[in-house]
Amino acid sequence: MLKIENLHVSIHGKEILKGVNLEINKGEVHAIMGPNGTGKSTLASVIAGKDIFEVTEGSITYEGKNLMEMSIEERAREGIFIGFQYPVEIPGVSIANFMRTAIDEKRRYHGQEPLTELEFRKMMKEKAKVVELTEKLSTRSVNEGFSGGEKKRNEIFQMAMLEPKLSILDETDSGLDIDALRIVANGVTQLKSPENSTIVITHYQRLLDYIVPDFVHVLFDGKIVKSGSKELALELEHRGYEWIKQEYESANNQ
Amino acid sequence: MTKEEKLIIDQCMADLSQWKVQDQPAPYRPVEEYFHCKVKDIDTQMCIFLNGWYVHDNMPLTISPEGVIVGSLTEAAQRFPEKVLPYLNQKSLPKEDDLSVLNRQRYNDGLFVYVPENVTVEKPIQLISLTDSPDELMINNRHLIVLEKNAELSFVQCDDSIQFKKSFINNVTQIHLAEDARLSYYKMENKNPESMLFNEVDVEQKAHSQFYSNAMTFNTGYLRSRINVLLTEPFASATMHGLYLVDRQQHVDTQVFVDHQVPNCESHQLYKGIVDDSAKANFLGHVVVRPDAQRTLADQTNRNITLTDTAHVTSRPFLEIYADDVKCNHGTTVGQLDDDAMFYLRTRGICERNARMLLMFAFANEIANNIKIDSLRERYLVMIRKRLNGELTICDQCVLHCPHLVNG
Repeated sequence: MLKIENLHVSIHGKEILKGVNLEINKGEVHAIMGPNGTGKSTLASVIAGKDIFEVTEGSITYEGKNLMEMSIEERAREGIFIGFQYPVEIPGVSIANFMRTAIDEKRRYHGQEPLTELEFRKMMKEKAKVVELTEKLSTRSVNEGFSGGEKKRNEIFQMAMLEPKLSILDETDSGLDIDALRIVANGVTQLKSPENSTIVITHYQRLLDYIVPDFVHVLFDGKIVKSGSKELALELEHRGYEWIKQEYESANNQ
Repeated sequence: MTKEEKLIIDQCMADLSQWKVQDQPAPYRPVEEYFHCKVKDIDTQMCIFLNGWYVHDNMPLTISPEGVIVGSLTEAAQRFPEKVLPYLNQKSLPKEDDLSVLNRQRYNDGLFVYVPENVTVEKPIQLISLTDSPDELMINNRHLIVLEKNAELSFVQCDDSIQFKKSFINNVTQIHLAEDARLSYYKMENKNPESMLFNEVDVEQKAHSQFYSNAMTFNTGYLRSRINVLLTEPFASATMHGLYLVDRQQHVDTQVFVDHQVPNCESHQLYKGIVDDSAKANFLGHVVVRPDAQRTLADQTNRNITLTDTAHVTSRPFLEIYADDVKCNHGTTVGQLDDDAMFYLRTRGICERNARMLLMFAFANEIANNIKIDSLRERYLVMIRKRLNGELTICDQCVLHCPHLVNG
């Protein structure tokens, strides 16, 4: 579904990703872990299409197509969803209007008829349940005045509405208390199917207790330096990242 | 005064003989013959001025059972001089300039609205000023709105062009609010690009009176919109909202002057604009807080979005404070749409054009959402959407009754 090969990415001339290789197949859950500032969020942003990043080398292929040639909105309509670490507040744009526009555009793109008002409302109602949001939500402005937990729940709500094939959740667990974490994680789990894939970017093991990964990767110094099964996440939780760093540095020195 | 403003005023005033003045009203024709009102979901008492003259069928004044007087100002000055002349002759209006003086000397007529003590007028009164002439017209109208103690009124004023002919329109609206009186004043400009329109609104407020104004500008050639508010007795409040959506070569000057003369009054200004193509918008907000005006609450905010490199915005919020126990603030912004918000919307599959639309609509809505007449607000929202979509250039009729907006 997604194939990243030797990806090098710079911002303002500074190289952040230095040769990332990653392949994700249908139905898989991958966790990307690693200390702060190693390029995890950059990877998510590049996949989303943020243009301040410059891809200097390598490729990203999504469903056989060159992702770099697709516009931001095209990527979304083709089924890529990014759950942001810091969702933007958009005063004056209601969630209902926002989602209505997004879903209409996606359906038009795929040659489908637009939903009727009734169908749309029904869908909003059902999907809001996934993350235990109330119906009052729909008239509120996107993320405006939302608590940290509400913002993240709103991200997962949008994910439920847009039914992506590939979801990338960037630090969705950051700033959440235990209850909010459970709601968000349950939401993601409900949306899981053999047809869609998920990349979970996180610092901590705790989210992975709910969303169990098939593969765990450690991103360090702009590269994936270690990959393993879900046990790797437990080991990282237990031992920290220092040993990874040492392993990486001693390998580099040889 | 900006250079361009002076240039335009000079152009209009240098040789007044360049303008044709219609010196008497056209023979009465039913309004329906030239102004089709297919939609009437806004229920108002409609007063039409055509080329500067009040349109009526031998009824220059109507007087309701409660004593509400609506009609021709000159007629009212003859029949009710005591209700009209003290205001018309009042010399103390602030900031009179060449245009105000011209209006004072030349006005032929205007709308007079009088609401007696303790009367709440249920139906909004709507003034529609139309220009429809083969000539290049000059029009000077002076409107007068008087609300006695504890009276309440909603007033809607629309300026529309029927033809694409050059015109010089110089109107003054005088508003006098007695103690506890409450006026909501909605203004809509939808003029052709050849029009030069000067609108001055002078408001005098007594104790505890409330003035709310909301001005929407969708189309114009040159528009200078001026509001002068005198807060002359304690606990009066004035709130002024405005929105201008201008493109092509349009030019809007907004000038707001508030004079806090006494303690415990408040004034609020929020003006927003979206400026496209080579359009220009100037905002000048001036608040004076006199030495006696302690515990004044005053704020002024002007926010602008420029969509092109050639759009031009000048914003000057200006506070002049002589009292020491006051709470005043001002702020202004001129910028583009928020890149982060654009990106966020696009990552949900919304194309760039629609993402811009959503953000601009949200920006403009803040002003429209303050309109308390439901049908008017809904129409404005449709107007804004159509205007931002580029579907609306100029309506040849007052938009409030525009048939093609029915399902919009």
